Amino acid sequence: MADYILEMKNIIKEFSGFRALDQVNLNIERGEIHGLCGENGAGKSTLMNVLSGLYPYGSYDGDIVYNGDICKFKDLGDSENKGIVIIHQELALSPYLSVKENIFLGNEQAKHGVIDWDLTEKKTTNLLKTVGLKLSPNTLISQIGVGQQQLVEIAKAFSKSVKLLILDEPTAALNEEESANLLDLIREFKKQGITSIIISHKLSEIVNVADRITIIRDGKTIETLDHEEISEDRIIRGMVGRELTNRFPDRHPKIGDVYFEVKDWQVHHPVDTNRVVDNVKDFNIKRGEIVGIAGLMGAGRTEFAMSIFGHSYGQEIQGTVYKNGQEISVKNVADAINNGLAYVSEDRKELGLDLLMDIRENTSVASLNKISKNGILDKDQEIKTAEKLNEKMSTKYTSIFQNVGSLSGGNQQKVVLAKWLMTEPDILFLDEPTRGIDVGAKYEIYTIIEEMAASGKSICIISSELPEIIGMCDRIYTMSNGKMTGEVVRKDANQETLMSLMTMEA
Amino acid sequence: METTHEVHEVKADKKKMNIKDKVMDIFSRYSMVIILIVLLIAFQVMTGGIFWRPLNVTNLVLQNSHILILAAGMLLVVLLGHVDLSVGSVMAFVGSIAGIMMVNNKMNPWVTIIACLAVGALIGAWQGFWVAHVGIPAFIVTLAGLLMFRGLTQVVLGGQSLAPFPKVFQKMATGYLPDIAGGEHLHYLTMIIGILLAAVLIYSQWRARQHHKSNLFEVESIYAFAFKAIFTGVIVIGVTYIFAAYSGYPVILIILGVIVAAYGFLTNKTVPGRQIYATGGNKKAAELSGIKTKKITFWVFVNMGVMAALAGLVLAARLNAATPQAGTSLELDAMAAVYFGGASTSGGIGTILGAIVGGLVMGVLNNGMSIMGVGVDWQQAIKGLILLLAVVLDVYNKRKKVA
Repeated sequence: MADYILEMKNIIKEFSGFRALDQVNLNIERGEIHGLCGENGAGKSTLMNVLSGLYPYGSYDGDIVYNGDICKFKDLGDSENKGIVIIHQELALSPYLSVKENIFLGNEQAKHGVIDWDLTEKKTTNLLKTVGLKLSPNTLISQIGVGQQQLVEIAKAFSKSVKLLILDEPTAALNEEESANLLDLIREFKKQGITSIIISHKLSEIVNVADRITIIRDGKTIETLDHEEISEDRIIRGMVGRELTNRFPDRHPKIGDVYFEVKDWQVHHPVDTNRVVDNVKDFNIKRGEIVGIAGLMGAGRTEFAMSIFGHSYGQEIQGTVYKNGQEISVKNVADAINNGLAYVSEDRKELGLDLLMDIRENTSVASLNKISKNGILDKDQEIKTAEKLNEKMSTKYTSIFQNVGSLSGGNQQKVVLAKWLMTEPDILFLDEPTRGIDVGAKYEIYTIIEEMAASGKSICIISSELPEIIGMCDRIYTMSNGKMTGEVVRKDANQETLMSLMTMEA
Repeated sequence: METTHEVHEVKADKKKMNIKDKVMDIFSRYSMVIILIVLLIAFQVMTGGIFWRPLNVTNLVLQNSHILILAAGMLLVVLLGHVDLSVGSVMAFVGSIAGIMMVNNKMNPWVTIIACLAVGALIGAWQGFWVAHVGIPAFIVTLAGLLMFRGLTQVVLGGQSLAPFPKVFQKMATGYLPDIAGGEHLHYLTMIIGILLAAVLIYSQWRARQHHKSNLFEVESIYAFAFKAIFTGVIVIGVTYIFAAYSGYPVILIILGVIVAAYGFLTNKTVPGRQIYATGGNKKAAELSGIKTKKITFWVFVNMGVMAALAGLVLAARLNAATPQAGTSLELDAMAAVYFGGASTSGGIGTILGAIVGGLVMGVLNNGMSIMGVGVDWQQAIKGLILLLAVVLDVYNKRKKVA
């Protein structure tokens, strides 16, 4: 019989009549790395919230057995005292406090209420060494990147003598290199006897790092796979309950002439004027073509797209933009939209949607001129248009007046796409179009993108996921340090070639 | 009785819900209206029937008109997630200019009014420039405005009050509609206008219903519609009768009516209105949707300046004097009204009807407690507590709905 550090038995959790977890069982062996997979809304996060005591004992049915004892956690503090620490997708660090202050936040190294800063700094230095971070303990959190912040969170977990570490989408905001480092670190922890649970949508990582995997679907445990059974296809089959033969739709492109072209594009950093963020000699998209931009985080991909889209990023922007051979103005967003440009941002909640508004209002907000006369809205027409477009996107909703905040990530992204389709664009920039979206919905989004290209639009996809870029694009630009370092056509594209171009010194 | 029916009928278009959910939903949506109605009934009982007398209802409107005007302007500012602390001082400043122009220099009241509104617009533009284009927090800019314009008022007035204002000017805040037929006990013109108003409201509801129908949308049943129409008619004509039984519609009520209608139209039916909500809800997303958020912010502050000027004129006209201390701390009343009416402090949520209901709740509390002989000290304490409770109730309801 295996030595289980944690057994969750027949967990049932209901939210006002809706059963989010239905008799879920999860067994974690001591010292293993356990992957937890499932589509968005399958119940992974709910299960972890039950475990951490966020949903206290009594609000669910079933037992949590940890180290052989039944646990009745009342709150997060209870579970942390036992060495169970969760690191959430949204990092919970205070931006204007230093690394050491954050690590010991709520756990201050104090005597009689007076903080011993020397001790704090010494301990922090040791912890940072453990997670492989070369930082001064006095650095402010706001000055470091997301990847390093993630490591600070992990260091914080270690300050509480963690035994069971739970990572919820730890690499969602990291680039490939940072992700690899993080996974190495988790393997290192395993050697030190720490058990980890990893929740991730990036199946390749899970396959890489996990000893065993439990799959959850619709609030039920589907199966637990042992190491030798694990493969991406196998996991996907478990997650969606069917074989997903193609992860990308077939592509039979009808590519026309060069339609959209950017020349000698130079963008300076919004604060530091001397720093050139982007310097692109030539970039073009043909009619009906899907072009990809591959690059590591910080390569200037998003900055490039946003600076073209109405100078939304940077300053002292130079260069010219042509559409169909004619020079067009993109000086502000309204100009860019009027000239047929659309930009679907990488951050849905911050930049793409107004979470206070409903589906209808979010769909129409970029094309209010299309549903108004002399500044007066025709709301009936607005409803009809929004319904039509969201139907086309197959957005799942109960009412067009439903708040977008209540939709799943995939459906939110469909609303964003509907919003930009309503502007009737000719050129679409899609920045991380499937980030945080589950496998089934990803395929639907890909199909939509495919259809848009087939209808003659020019499309540019920016993505950190190389399989996505390779699977979708007809032509791929690689970007490094603000410059285009290569151009690869579909038949020559593979991860190795792209990676070496992306990491080229430019 | 009528209110519960009204609410049932509003919900009629929603899909099946059980009774408990329905009641909870009604409470969360209309908590402020319910509080107002409870207050209206409670004060009628507690004042021994004085509260609803025509004289008192008329006074209620006259005494609170400037706060309602401020609240309308403040709503847009709050929708953007900002505040304007300067409006009380701006009111006094504009009042003092009106005093200099009309009392000292005997200038034409109409010229003065237009000049004063222009001064308000300029002040709004000044503050809007710093907030929208330079990016200084509105709290700071308008706090500076609060000090500046109060100081400038003292400078202009030299610490003295200016009075009296011409009769025409006073009429704006204290006058009534003239009567045509000289009814002894009833103001006929007011009654006619009230009945016409009810008819227009019902007709426009009918037209909207037909329009929806022609677009193949679901509409409420004909009975529900008839009920709504009768309800509207009874309320409008009933309230009109109360005014008609005293001296008729006050001029300021007509001005208020126009303002409410205009703001309702702006926020509900126009592109700029939608852009204000979008900017307040998520400024970055709005910018990336092509909305010129700086321009929107600037004009909202200009609008606030004009409304503060109008409120200042109304207050000066009612007091029949320009005084250095006019409008002190009214910015807080205006903001209380808006937050009371369900607006969010972080922007993006709020309605003109909510702001007006909020303003009325404040006014009713003032008026009702005064009749009951509650001292000003206690009045303020009670108002503060009720504001907190009302917002707590609102937040609690919304949170429950999300969970």
